[in-house]
Formats: sequence, structure tokens, C-alpha cells
Amino acid sequence: MVSFATEKKQDLNLLSRIASGDGHGENSSYFDGWKAYEENPFHPIDRPDGVIQMGLAENQLCGDLMRKWVLKHPEASICTSEGVNRFSDIAIFQDYHGLPEFRQAVAKFMEKTRNNKVKFDPDRIVMSGGATGAHETVAFCLANPGDGFLVPTPYYPGFNRDLRWRTGVNLVPVTCHSSDGFKITVEALEAAYENARKSNIPVKGLLVTNPSNPLGTTLDRECLKSLVNFTNDKGIHLIADEIYAATTFGQSEFISVAEVVEEIEDCNRDLIHIVYSLSKDMGLPGLRVGIVYSYNDRVVQIARKMSSFGLVSSQTQHLISKMLSDEDFVDEFIRESKLRLAARHAEITTGLDGLGIGWLKAKAGLFLWMDLRNLLKTATFDSETELWRVIVHQVKLNVSPGGSFHCHEPGWFRVCFANMDHKTMETALERIRVFTSQLEEETKPMVSTTMMAKKKKKCWQSNLRLSFSDTRRFDDGFFSPHSPVPPSPLVRAQT
Amino acid sequence: MKQLSTKVTSNAHGQDSSYFLGWEEYEKNPYNEIKNPNGIIQMGLAENQLCFDLIETWLAKNPDAAGLKKDGQSIFKELALFQDYHGLPEFKKALAEFMEEIRGNRVTFDPSKIVLAAGSTSANETLMFCLAEPGDAFLLPTPYYPGFDRDLKWRTGAEIVPIHCSSSNGFQITESALQQAYQQAQKLDLKVKGVLVTNPSNPLGTMLTRREINLLVDFISSKNIHLISDEIYSGTVFGFEQFVSVMDVLKDKNLENSEVSKRVHVVYSLSKDLGLPGFRVGAIYSNDEMVVSAATKMSSFGLVSSQTQYLLSALLSDKKFTSTYLNENQKRLKIRQKQLVSGLEAAGVTCLKSNAGLFCWVDMRHLLDTNTFEAELQLWKKIVYEVKLNISPGSSCHCTEPGWFRVCFANMSEDTLHLAMKRFKQYVESTDSKRMISKSSHERIKSLRKRTVSNWVFRVSWTDRVPDER
Repeated sequence: MVSFATEKKQDLNLLSRIASGDGHGENSSYFDGWKAYEENPFHPIDRPDGVIQMGLAENQLCGDLMRKWVLKHPEASICTSEGVNRFSDIAIFQDYHGLPEFRQAVAKFMEKTRNNKVKFDPDRIVMSGGATGAHETVAFCLANPGDGFLVPTPYYPGFNRDLRWRTGVNLVPVTCHSSDGFKITVEALEAAYENARKSNIPVKGLLVTNPSNPLGTTLDRECLKSLVNFTNDKGIHLIADEIYAATTFGQSEFISVAEVVEEIEDCNRDLIHIVYSLSKDMGLPGLRVGIVYSYNDRVVQIARKMSSFGLVSSQTQHLISKMLSDEDFVDEFIRESKLRLAARHAEITTGLDGLGIGWLKAKAGLFLWMDLRNLLKTATFDSETELWRVIVHQVKLNVSPGGSFHCHEPGWFRVCFANMDHKTMETALERIRVFTSQLEEETKPMVSTTMMAKKKKKCWQSNLRLSFSDTRRFDDGFFSPHSPVPPSPLVRAQT
Repeated sequence: MKQLSTKVTSNAHGQDSSYFLGWEEYEKNPYNEIKNPNGIIQMGLAENQLCFDLIETWLAKNPDAAGLKKDGQSIFKELALFQDYHGLPEFKKALAEFMEEIRGNRVTFDPSKIVLAAGSTSANETLMFCLAEPGDAFLLPTPYYPGFDRDLKWRTGAEIVPIHCSSSNGFQITESALQQAYQQAQKLDLKVKGVLVTNPSNPLGTMLTRREINLLVDFISSKNIHLISDEIYSGTVFGFEQFVSVMDVLKDKNLENSEVSKRVHVVYSLSKDLGLPGFRVGAIYSNDEMVVSAATKMSSFGLVSSQTQYLLSALLSDKKFTSTYLNENQKRLKIRQKQLVSGLEAAGVTCLKSNAGLFCWVDMRHLLDTNTFEAELQLWKKIVYEVKLNISPGSSCHCTEPGWFRVCFANMSEDTLHLAMKRFKQYVESTDSKRMISKSSHERIKSLRKRTVSNWVFRVSWTDRVPDER
């Protein structure tokens, strides 16, 4: 009789290394927070003491506008009586070029979200399975197994999976520091490039997310130019993930790499690529609309062939082409979304200001980068993790610890604010207020009201009922939590 | 250009094959009844366009599903946010039940073992990533779907080693062919990770016999490797014979919860049975929890649009619709296939006897100048450019014998099919007469004999087949 352990080992040999390893990145402790949320999700009436999800970078502020449009435009669906005459044509359409009207509408939308400062060629638009699929496709196109991409820290944890898992590509961090607002400096780039060289990793490109996740900052024109020049000089690719392009608050401007390449003489455009999606700007992650936009003809050609592995559903292409062709709606949506994001951002930052909690000045994104360094026992990631567990399990807010974003310095947390309603935001702020005032009570009174507070390190263990024995990790794929999304009402309805 | 990966600079995507070149020619000059009556008729596209009316009728009767509503309320917002890679539970449940219905409810599918993918293109690639290392091999019976060269090998680095099947026994898989393929892989220093079959077969249109599936299950069991059964055409079976799925065989052999069953994986899609290739709905079904777990995470690279999942969960949950659809689909396919077969027969051309799929495997060996693939390609070019029919040459499907062509019948109207047959008959008759004039009597008799012999051999080999158990 073969023992279970041996059976399991045999199992492992029967599967690829990719499947049996943890390159998917979901064994990271990052997911403890999700689990806590899933086990006890906040609901204002049913579960007022539940965990509030502040780890999900979703844009839910304009869902009403979207719903209204869909109801007003039944012809955008191929299933309603107004639209069913297109049903069979669309249902059989699997051309990896995508519906021409879809590409045109997306190109137009990309232009609008960049304040019409640049033009996008619909023929360079390649579909993918969300930005997730786009990044993997770009990695497959630009790099061989063992090659590397430079990525400024802190960065979106999903890149570990998207860029590396099935491609065999390495990520080489470009360390950014809070001392200069986490700017991407040429020095840091050169240092990272040198590190890669020492590790025998051929660098194939630099990936930047602009606006940044998790920072929410945007790259200014000079910085963008320096990135283009750096990569051009080294003969490596520049991939700009602009998924948060339209999340700039209020009047803030976003400068796309597309704008900058026009301004640089002799720019080698074969090295410039943009990853985009409708998941954040339009709040449509479920529709899986990812885009690869490349200035390199060969990359467009091959990425298009690869898009067979993640085409956008033609039903969705049709809906999106109709929606984004409605220019009045799009203009109104973008304007309203920015206003609502600005308002929500102001609400949370005002709340934090009042509590003396620092945050990185930023002009975009669906989150803010909160500074809790002064609450750490020691300036270590262990301390950060301990604090995080307190926030998740005691304060009942699922925020994301900076360590999970490969931040160089402990004590930073990403806090999302656009995935909840106003009441929930108020509740979250109230909980933070209670938490900080409890901390105040435990220490001698301090006179300090500056934003980047130099408060005395607080001892937050004593009176709060804390348990640090809970350091379990997820060991293997069997017990991984759901993919990082909240239990949707669509799922809940079934149980 | 060393700035791009080898995946880009090589042509491993396989899209330079004649299979795709024929499509390009079609794109340049597509037939249209009114606008371009002399254009190329597309017979190289395995699509099912026969039953859209049934779906459209259903949509008219189901405004909630059609309008993304639940109980009259729009759930667009919720759908727009739903990106859980486990998929919409009601969709997977409905899909599992649909798969069961196609198999006469003889076997059960557990929705939690289904992994959704962006079409079977993505499903097959994902399985390769899960089961094979770069350089490992999967054995595939020839002829096979040309897209597998891309789907199974391109980005995964896996290899395909062919299991040679021949017309002498109707292209069935034999034990010796399996063993030979396995040994060939070993000679090439390739580790064999499994066997992949398409059942019903593309391009043959035939179903695997129970004997063949038993053979395969025994083979993978003894070699401790995987079996992937791509059953994408399972709902297109229109003959009197029942479709036998690998799941049927596992059940009959009492292997349902065995170690072997963990190495059997089914791939499915709604692109062929429901004729919805644009919606990108594929699925992997596996009894191995680790495969399900890994594949589920990989599905992030190609999730099914929530809008599409919702529509289809409503459609497939309507059992009255599904049973009517499956019946009607089969009826219409049967009629249309018969029209193709008789149209070809009128031109003196026979097909491999088949009762599934959206195409026929046509024997044009007697129309070749020589028994070579060069001659096959020459014939193919004539058919595309002169006869103006885009059909798929057997070589693009890795057939080992020249002269076979895949001809699709379910992606056009009846009138278009008749026109195609008319064109083809005219072509054959004109070449026959040219042949008669140019060849000597001796050669004439020889070629006639060859044609008669091949038909005779074909018929004899058919009756020699071991009768299937029911």
C-alpha cells in the first residue's frame, strides 16, 4: 500500500514544476487578510463588526452611472430584442484582431483619459485577458526564461505571478525610498541594472506602473523622459502599465508615456509598450478587458496571435464598443469619476489628518499609501506584520502591508477607499479613530499634531486582547483562499 | 532581433501552415451570395451556424437573462465587479449538467472540478503548463487539429509526438501505433507526459470506439502518464451510435475514484456545440485536486467575461431548452452532413464514414497526380484558387497519407453548400476528362483500378472493425 506521503510525491512528479510550485504567489501572507475578511465580511446591518475590505483596489464609485447607461441602451446587448439582430454575427466572431469598432472605441477612450494629448492607433490595440493576461503576454514577447525585468518597489504583488510564473522571467527590484517620495531615480535604476548583471540576469526591460500601485503617485514629465532615455540607452524595453490612467483626482493631470515619446528626438519606439485595461478606470474587472498597446510592429503581430489565449468575449466587445462610442457618456463618466474619487480621497485623508496619521501625497489611484512607521515596535518587517495582524484582527480592517508590495521600508500600508460606500468609509475611519485613541490612552500624553508624526513609539500590546501566536501561513495550494475578491452577492445568493 | 523573445522570432505559433494560408486567401476574396458570388467559399472553418434561431428564440422569451437582470433588477454592477476565478457557481453547475446531458446522464460532473478558461485554446494550453515541463512530450493521434501545434507547444515548450493512424483501418488508434509513438519519443529523448485525443475527432468526424478508449486508459495506466480527452465536439454527434466519453469508460471499468482517474482530464468548450466561439467559453475538468487548483489560478490569464457567464448560466439551466437544442442540433447536422456527402459522391469522391463533428474527412487520393504531399498541395491550391473552395489539406493536420482533406459543412447556408458542390463536381469532371485525354489506356485502367481498389479496401476495412460494445 503506497503511503499518502509517497502518493503525494508521485502526484508532484506527475505535474509540472509550475503547477506544483508556488509561483502563483498565493501562499503569501498577504492573503491572510483576505481570509479574515471572507470569514467575517462587514455588512452595515447584518455584520456591523465584520472586517472592512480595504485591500481591494476596485472602483465602485460610479456603478450607478454605468447601470443607468446599460438600462438606457438595450441595443448594446446582443441579447435584447433591440440588439439580437447582431447575435449570430457577434457569437461567431473570434477573430483575434477584435471587432474594429471595439478597437476604435478603446483607442478613443485611451485618448480621452490622457486628456486628448496623444493619439492611439486602433490597429495597435491587442486584446488580452485583463491586464493580468496583458502582462504575461508582454513578458512572453519580450523575454526568454531567465531574463529579467526591472520593477520599481513598491509594486503590485500580482506581478510576481503575471510576469514570472509561467514565463520563467525574473523580476529585479529597483529600490525606491520614502525620503524622496519613492521617486524612481536614475541612480536606483543603474544600481538595479548592475545587480542584475552581477546575478547573470540579462535585463530585457523596465516595467513601471503609472499612476503607481500602491503609491497613487504619477510620474512627472521629467521622470518619464529619464525613463525613456534610460531604457533607450540600454536598448531595453519600457513597459508602462497605465491601468489607473483615469483615476487622477479632480483636476490632476496624467502624463502618459505616449505623450513623452513624441517629445523625444530619435526615440526608439520599438522599445515602448503600454499595458491597459478597463478594470480600474471604468470599474469593470469582471468583463476582462485587457489591452496591449505596442509601438513595435512585430510585438503587435505576435501579441495578437497570443491573444487567442485570452480574447475578450465578443459579447463584451460589442457592449464596450457601444458604450465607449457614446462620447457624451464617456466624458460625463470620466468627469464624475474623478470628482467622486477626489471627494472620497479627501474624506479619508481628512480623517487621517485629524488623527495624526501620515500618508504619501498622491494624485491618483483607488488607494492611499499610509505611513504607520511610528507605530512599529522596531523598524522591521516582523514588526510590520505584527501591526498588520492587529489591524486586521482587532481593528477589523483588511489593509495591505507594504512588505507584500516589496517595499524597502517597513511601516507602510496600502488602504483602498473606492470599493465601498460612504457609510462604510465612515465606519472605517471611526475604527481607526478608536484604535489610535486607545493607543493614546496607553502612553503618556504627547503633544504632537504634525502629519508625519514623530510620536513616541507606542506599546500597543498591553491592554488590547492580542494574540501573536497566530502566525500560520498557507502551506499549499489546497487551502488557498479564493482569488482576492470579496464574496460577491452573486455568489452569496447561491448559498 | 535579440530584443524580442525566441517565441516572437521563431515561427512556432504555427500560423504559417497552409491551414491558415487558406484562410488568408478566403479573407482576400470571400464569397457572398449577392456581393461576391464568385468569391471563395469558406469550407475550412469548423463552426456550427445551424441553430442560432433556437438561441435567439430563447433570448426573446427570457428578457431577464438577456438584459443582465435578476428578478427584473439590473445586476450589471455586480457582474461588472465579479472576477472570481472560481467562476459564477450557477454557471459551472449549469455547465456540468449540460455536459452530463450530452453524455446521456450516464456520468456525473462535479462543478467544483471544473476550471473555466478562455476557450478550449486556453484550456489546452493551461493543461500543458500544468502537466508538462518544457521539452516533455504528449502523444497525439494523427491527423489532428492544426491549432494544437500552437496551443500545446508554443509558449509551453512541450512537444508533440504523433501516433500514426492510417486509412487502412479508418484511422483508428492501434496498440502498436501507441507503442511505436512512445518508443519514438524515447528515441528522441523526450519524456512522455501523456496522450491527448480529440473525441469526436477533428478532423475525422469519427468517434473513438470503446475499444480505443479502453486501450488508451490501459496504456496511460501502465505508463503512469496522463490522458487528455478534448471532447469539444461531444454535442455534435448525429448518428445512431452513442457518444462514448472517456468518463463512460472510467465508470464502466470501475475506475472512477482511482489513481488513474486523477490522470484523466476532459477539455470542453461551447464553441462548437452551441456555436458560440466568440464568447470564449472553455473548460477543464479534472479529478486531480492539484490540477484543478493550479489551473484555476492560471485561469486568471483568461477568465470568462462575467457578462457571458451570466447569460449562459441562464441558458444552460433551462433544461427544456438544452434538450430541445441538443436534439435539433443533431438533426440539422445530420441533414447537412448528408448533403455534403452526397454532393461529393456525385463527383465520385468519398468520405471517411463519420457521424459527428462539423466536417467530413474527404478522400481525394485518386485526384492526386502522384501519391505525394507535393501533389496534395498542388491539388489544394487548385481547389482554393480555381474551384474557389477553402478546404483544409490533410498535411496541415499532420496526416501521414497524402490526399485527404477536411471539408466543413455547418458554417454556411444550404444554398452555399449546394453551390460549393456544384463547383467541385464541375472541377472533378473537367479534370477527369483532361486525365482521360492525356493518359494512355493502360494508365487509365490503372487509375480506375486504384480508385476502385481504394473504395473496396475502404469498405472491407470498415466491416472488419470489431463491433463496439454498447
